[in-house]
Amino acid sequence: MWFLEHSWLIPVVPAVGFFLIILFGKKMPMKGSEVGIASMLTSLVVAGGTAYEWIQRVDDGAGGESTSARFFGALGRAVVPRAEGTAEAKPFVEPFIKTWNWWQSGGTKFTIGMHIDGLSVTLLVVVAFISTLVQIYSLEYLRGDRRYTHFFAALTLFSAGMLTMVLAEGLVQFLLGWEIMGLCSFMLIGHWWEDGYNSRSALKAFFTVRTGDVGLLIGIAILYFQSGTFSIQGISEWALSGEPSHLVLLMASIALLVAIIGKSGQFPLHTWLPDAMAGPTPVSSLLHSSTMVVAGIFLGARLYPVFWEGFSIHNGGANPMAIIGGITIVIAALLAFVQVDIKKVLAYSTVSQLGYMLMGLGVGAWTPAVFHIFTHAFFKACLFLGAGSVAHSGSHHSFDMKKDMGGLRKKMPITFATFIISTAALAGVPFLAGFFSKDEIIASAGHNGYKTFMYIGLAGAFMTTAYMTRCVYLTFFGEARGAAAGVHHEEHDVHADAGHGDAHGPHESPLLITVPLILLSIGAIFAGYLNAAPFHWEKFTEWVEPGAGKFFPELVAPEKFTWVGALPSIVLVALGFVAALFVCRALYAEKRAPFYGLTQRSMPLRVGYTFLWNKYYLDHLYEKVIVAGLIGPVAKAAYWVHMNILDGFVDLVGKFFAAFGKWTYKYVDQGVIDASVNGAGRGASGAGGGLSFIQNGKIQQYAAILFGAAALGALALVIFVQA
Amino acid sequence: MLLNEFLLLGAALFCIGVYGVIARKNGVMVLMSIELILNSVNINLLAFSLRNGGDVGGHVFALYVIAVGAAEVAVGLAIVLLIYRNRRSIALDEMSEMKG
Repeated sequence: MWFLEHSWLIPVVPAVGFFLIILFGKKMPMKGSEVGIASMLTSLVVAGGTAYEWIQRVDDGAGGESTSARFFGALGRAVVPRAEGTAEAKPFVEPFIKTWNWWQSGGTKFTIGMHIDGLSVTLLVVVAFISTLVQIYSLEYLRGDRRYTHFFAALTLFSAGMLTMVLAEGLVQFLLGWEIMGLCSFMLIGHWWEDGYNSRSALKAFFTVRTGDVGLLIGIAILYFQSGTFSIQGISEWALSGEPSHLVLLMASIALLVAIIGKSGQFPLHTWLPDAMAGPTPVSSLLHSSTMVVAGIFLGARLYPVFWEGFSIHNGGANPMAIIGGITIVIAALLAFVQVDIKKVLAYSTVSQLGYMLMGLGVGAWTPAVFHIFTHAFFKACLFLGAGSVAHSGSHHSFDMKKDMGGLRKKMPITFATFIISTAALAGVPFLAGFFSKDEIIASAGHNGYKTFMYIGLAGAFMTTAYMTRCVYLTFFGEARGAAAGVHHEEHDVHADAGHGDAHGPHESPLLITVPLILLSIGAIFAGYLNAAPFHWEKFTEWVEPGAGKFFPELVAPEKFTWVGALPSIVLVALGFVAALFVCRALYAEKRAPFYGLTQRSMPLRVGYTFLWNKYYLDHLYEKVIVAGLIGPVAKAAYWVHMNILDGFVDLVGKFFAAFGKWTYKYVDQGVIDASVNGAGRGASGAGGGLSFIQNGKIQQYAAILFGAAALGALALVIFVQA
Repeated sequence: MLLNEFLLLGAALFCIGVYGVIARKNGVMVLMSIELILNSVNINLLAFSLRNGGDVGGHVFALYVIAVGAAEVAVGLAIVLLIYRNRRSIALDEMSEMKG
């Protein structure tokens, strides 16, 4: 029980690490990076221990009744019995909960604590593992960077934020972690802020996510004022108790869904995620693919009872969660086809995969969705780090697949192998990680009565394979182009002073980069076997799914796996691969290829291409129409009110007083006042001349006089009031 | 109750802040020192609210101070930025246009 009791160390160690790096990092021998890596390793060890003890606890059966269970039992809320009957319903495993009083205000207690169950353990392990690898990778990738120490500090703080959120017992702590991540994301995207594009991207990401965060605040407020608690377990029980009205839960679900849409890059707020690729590649890998963006999905999984009741997920039919997820899968996958930046392909792929997770939650496939978070983290982190490795050692800091890559498979064999494995895992090739998780979501969608979403999922699987094939083809096959062929661009990037001037031409990356790649690709191969339906290895379900009870809805038992049922998706993946390979060869292989320049030659294709190239014009809509449209009319209206109403009134008053003033001047001022004023003036002039040395314009001397006078005043107060 | 300790902490912060306002030449540092002064006041407010049995009034006041402080820093930083644009320096002792 030591690890379970002490799992608060998992976020606290990186948080302390952050302060150590920020305060002393620059003086350390490795510029603070050693503190970052050490703290992440500690977190990883504790998280591993926690996972082990959690598994033991599950295997032992549901552990003892915790204090919170007794507390809620004492409140005597009746648990409405749900449809019973499924024989294999697993018992509810009591989460390990511990809280401390954080602060209290006017009788309301705000607690901080830890809520450990299968879901949080999964995320803890994944986040700690990937953070560690990414930090090791960054040692090489950012070697010699001018803000090296700050980079590691922000990376460590990010991990602390995410771990805080994952471990959160109440929604206030959840919000804290959520916002820390938003801040770190901003700092890291804009890491090379000297380039205007990078700092604009950082701002865009920050503000887009903030738009969604408003939803989180509103959602938390609704839940708190209706249920009277911030505790996640308390809210889960309240949502399932049948006590709150459906309208309240619907409102809360919609508000929280907005937060998910913002944070997890779902349609229509997905536009920030591809721009977030402006940050260094390790950042893209950690924050914008495998961990931070799943925070939204995690929120959905965490407060699942609220969504379950609010969106009536058990009834089947469409609900906003599944619809948003479904739309996102398709539109993001389409966008991935027209990108030339390898990281943007992966970014849209991330958006699309997040769509799968959200759709999984929306169709009642809770466990497959969480499992997809788990497997996706490995292969997507690997893909991003692979792209970084290509840019670092193969294409001279360029991410442009069409200009600077191609033919790299011979030059970078390890990067190539890991990239291929992860691509296959992402596409859902049988026996790799993505196959088990993605097909589980698709199959559950069909099984739970969401046929339409099953077809969307299948279409997504086809497109995923196709765009990833294109990406791999452009990067590693064909002829070497641009920097990959050894041509160096004269203008260096902002960070090209990264101090490896000896790197000429493409070559394999050093061990600090390839070892994380290899570890992650091993994860991409084997992570799926934790919940491999074809082999009836369903350990993940056993360990992570809470089991129906008063804190968790009763999920539909998954369909029995059959190879026939999985056949459509396997066939589609194969089709996607073949089709994309054919098109790629025809498009990119050489200038005389049959499809070369097809988008310029064919009218409908060109229109479609332009539409996708401009990202459905959503950015135009947001920046030109909504923002400009709000600012313009508001400013005009304000100006009109100012000119016609306020000014008119002021004019009138002014005219009256002008007349009054003339009269006063003539009789009162000249006659009576002037004489006395002149006298006073002479006196003041004398005194002012004497004091003018104080008015020397030195503002700090003014401050000193001010504080001195205040101190004298305080002294006088003490002496005379006490006397 | 730890009232004295809180008040001493507040006083220490206040003195550091006053020192910063008077002695630092850098405009941004002065703004930061002003924040310190505001926060020392916050500590006092909260300490007394704690002594009065968690009175919400003190918390509310502290929140107001934080909000006003944020606004003040926003204006202050804008001024510093403009000064920097005009004079390429934010050293306060070089500015004496207000000399009477």
